[in-house]
Amino acid sequence: MLRAPMRVAVVQFPGSNADWDALHTVRDIVGADAWYAFHKSTTLGDADAVVIPGGFSYGDYLRAGAIAGFSPIVASIREFASRGGPILGICNGFQVLTEMGLLPGALARNAHLRFECRDVHLRVENEGPFTDMGQGTVLRLPIAHADGRYHTTESGLAELEEHGQVAFRYCTQHGELPAGSDANPNGSVGDIAGVYNRDKNVLGMMPHPERASEAILGNEDGLTLFDSLRRHLGLS
Amino acid sequence: MTTPANFPGEPDSSPKIAREFGLSNEEWERVLSTLSRTPSYAELGVISVMWSEHCSYKSSRLHLGRLPTTGPQVVQGPGENAGAVDIGDGFCAVFKMESHNHPSYIEPYQGAATGVGGILRDVFTMGARPVASLNSLRFGRPDHPKTPHLLKGVVAGIGGYGNCIGVPTVGGEVQFDASYDGNILVNAFTVGIAKTDDLFFGVAEGVGNAILYVGAKTGRDGIHGATMASAEFGEETDSKLPTVQVGDPFMEKLLLEACLEIFATDCLSGVQDMGAAGLTSSSVEMADRAGNGIELDLDAIPRRTKALSPYEMLLSESQERMLMVAKEGREQEVFDICAKWDLDASIVGRVTDTGRFVCKATPEYDPFDGTGKPDPVVVVDLPVDLLTNAAPKYDRPQTPRPDRPSLVTMAGQTPEDLGAELLQLIGSPNIGSRSWIWRQYDHIVRDGTVIGPGEGDAAVVRVFCEDEDGTKEKFIAISADCNGRHVELDPFVGAAMAVAECTRNIVCVGAKPLGLTDCLNFGNPEVPEQMWRFAQAIDGLAAACTALNAPVVSGNVSLYNETDGNAILPTPTVAVVGQLEDPEHRLGLGFVREGDIIVHLGRPSRGVLGGSEWLVQQTGKVVGASVGIDLEAEAALQHAMIELAKSKLLRSAHDVSDGGLGICLAESCIALGLGAKITLPADDDAPPHALLFSEEPSRIIVSLSASHAGELGELCDRYGVPFQKIGTVTGATLDIEGVCAVPVEELAERHAKALDAIVS
Repeated sequence: MLRAPMRVAVVQFPGSNADWDALHTVRDIVGADAWYAFHKSTTLGDADAVVIPGGFSYGDYLRAGAIAGFSPIVASIREFASRGGPILGICNGFQVLTEMGLLPGALARNAHLRFECRDVHLRVENEGPFTDMGQGTVLRLPIAHADGRYHTTESGLAELEEHGQVAFRYCTQHGELPAGSDANPNGSVGDIAGVYNRDKNVLGMMPHPERASEAILGNEDGLTLFDSLRRHLGLS
Repeated sequence: MTTPANFPGEPDSSPKIAREFGLSNEEWERVLSTLSRTPSYAELGVISVMWSEHCSYKSSRLHLGRLPTTGPQVVQGPGENAGAVDIGDGFCAVFKMESHNHPSYIEPYQGAATGVGGILRDVFTMGARPVASLNSLRFGRPDHPKTPHLLKGVVAGIGGYGNCIGVPTVGGEVQFDASYDGNILVNAFTVGIAKTDDLFFGVAEGVGNAILYVGAKTGRDGIHGATMASAEFGEETDSKLPTVQVGDPFMEKLLLEACLEIFATDCLSGVQDMGAAGLTSSSVEMADRAGNGIELDLDAIPRRTKALSPYEMLLSESQERMLMVAKEGREQEVFDICAKWDLDASIVGRVTDTGRFVCKATPEYDPFDGTGKPDPVVVVDLPVDLLTNAAPKYDRPQTPRPDRPSLVTMAGQTPEDLGAELLQLIGSPNIGSRSWIWRQYDHIVRDGTVIGPGEGDAAVVRVFCEDEDGTKEKFIAISADCNGRHVELDPFVGAAMAVAECTRNIVCVGAKPLGLTDCLNFGNPEVPEQMWRFAQAIDGLAAACTALNAPVVSGNVSLYNETDGNAILPTPTVAVVGQLEDPEHRLGLGFVREGDIIVHLGRPSRGVLGGSEWLVQQTGKVVGASVGIDLEAEAALQHAMIELAKSKLLRSAHDVSDGGLGICLAESCIALGLGAKITLPADDDAPPHALLFSEEPSRIIVSLSASHAGELGELCDRYGVPFQKIGTVTGATLDIEGVCAVPVEELAERHAKALDAIVS
């Protein structure tokens, strides 16, 4: 029997600009039912999963992702998260999730202070709804950010480790750690590129899987996250 | 008719003020005799800015008419906010390039950022969604004390704006030359996609229709920016900071989304962005195109500061503002969509049938804090025609540049170690990797970048064309090019070479050129030798655009690019848009497979080194004989290249340009880390260094499986294109027989660090 396609809401804040990338990939490549949830709306629709895309929500004025936390849609995002619904925050979406307090830590200006757009390598550190590809799997994904330096306190870091919340670390192309200055593109503490919440239904990451899910773009590594999600949901 | 009044505190117009505003004595006299009265202060501001070189094209208009602008693929030629070419199935590519040179020299970050903002608005004003940007940059010599600051600021500004609004910056070019020490160039290009039937135009149609102001509030920034852009720089340049605008890409992102949503409701009859000369030029140009008049109520202009005078409101170049003409009774739809995107919108005037540009405002009323009561008086009342068609138009005198001492035999002695020369060249700022620059640009947003920066001779972008029948994917190629050194040596040839290189870059990625936009950066047109360069360059562009089937659909002229009398190299930058029939035709520039053969297409070098990067590095000067160009041979080469790509015979293609054949081969090796064994082609007994570094045009280096050699030969014969097997992809060294052998790793290392000396 054919299973129903998964349903994915892509949140649109004013200034979201990778909303198309997320919608296109999830809908046209992954094959999900997908739609935009505008920030002034109070509902995400009947979604199985939510993507908070990259961009510059509210221009990233004040701090990257800070103002988005006060949008009307935010209550439904919190509610969705508390029900255990899978949420993927990519780039600015990661920043929004930390500002909302749904993910621990914060994202600061890159150590070299420049915007940086290039491919990086990531190692899967812990499994979860978006990362069932197996610990130690190395992915190549692009980054495009100015504020991607993950930061948390020493005790925060210990807690992340204790609960297996580190989803990805930057690594060399052969999966080696520590990543070193070139492989860690922004100076993130512990080479951290993505983290889960304690319940592991919310993932934030700086690299862009939705920009690396098609052969014509020269990279399909990003698809592994969406395939993982599909398996997690038990949907096609 | 009442005579338009000055505002309290404004001086009476006088020849002295007119001069300060950039008008010549003759132009002041012309104002007086046309109006039969003295203009108000605000009117003088309006006239001077509309008659500025930047807005009126008064020195260039006469010559621009010689450019070819038509073709079956042309949907919209010059004269609108941007040009457009057909890409099939009812869709078109909308594009333009514009300069932001003067502001970027004064304040590099904001100058470059607002240059990007301006060109994006030009494109989405036409109803197109921007899909990709390029930029063409010129800085002074690498060791000039200002170069690091200007380079870092400009790149950060372009990234800051483009990254935020979410339009990928997928390519461009940069050159360092002493002639730009005091006058850098920042040319920004954007292409967008629209349904051809849904294009929007800058026309104020429908007498009585409301004029709406949408977007950012008006402040005092950028007043007289267009006038500043029409003058040379001198010692007082630093005091021009207030004429630079400040950009807000977040506001522009909202404006972009709101505009596209408004356009889709079909409730507008016209729209124009407020660019150079702000409210004045946008309303005057819209009225002019429709043959109508416009009346503005300046009391209604949204503002962010106290006590703005009519002069200031009319000349402000505050960014992220649009002027729209709503169809009768449909203003509310505009208001509703603006509210959704949290944008200000106000009715600020009406379309009239008077053919006049009329503005009213209340002297003792300030809407900003509500002091006083509105009781408007006429402050501007001018014929639209005076500001557009009747603006001055000059046939400036021209003097050919005196012949220089013959330097034809500049080749000189062959250096002992050509490998060292090649390494030096590949690691120099004009030739080496630009990755420090393009890594600061989001070049992948929108999931369309199929060939990105550094991967091919042009960028290839997938665009999504959505209509009732669903979404079609199309593939467009874009490139921007010019080498002012070759233009300096012969303006006709150099300008033609710019077009040839740009279209050649398009065919090298497997696309067919469709149309071209230009950004003509030159010195002071009142200097006859500069005017001659301009006129010659126009003829060169015209000849090449005709020969290579790339009609000019939009463009921009930037004159007075000089400081203290030192002009820049004449720099007619061009950008070309092409289309790939099938993405499988695409080609990168790097050698792909060990064992492939390497073939030289086009006539081999005669060893002419004039204007080459190598010779400039040797002599410190732009010298030598012009390399010349044979446009018929170029056209044949490009036609053959398009067919070769379509036949899928090739694995890579890279044209020979800056740095010559040696650099071309080195770049093809570096891309994927493969070596090559080469025998230099020659049809003359020129010395090896001349063959290696000559920048003669009309040559492409391709690699392919040896099994396709026969088919390639037949195809080249059919097009009359000379071809010659010059080597094989092999090993890890670029080995040029009897010339040099350099490990690719060493080349790559030097290439990667080319900008380090400037930026670290």
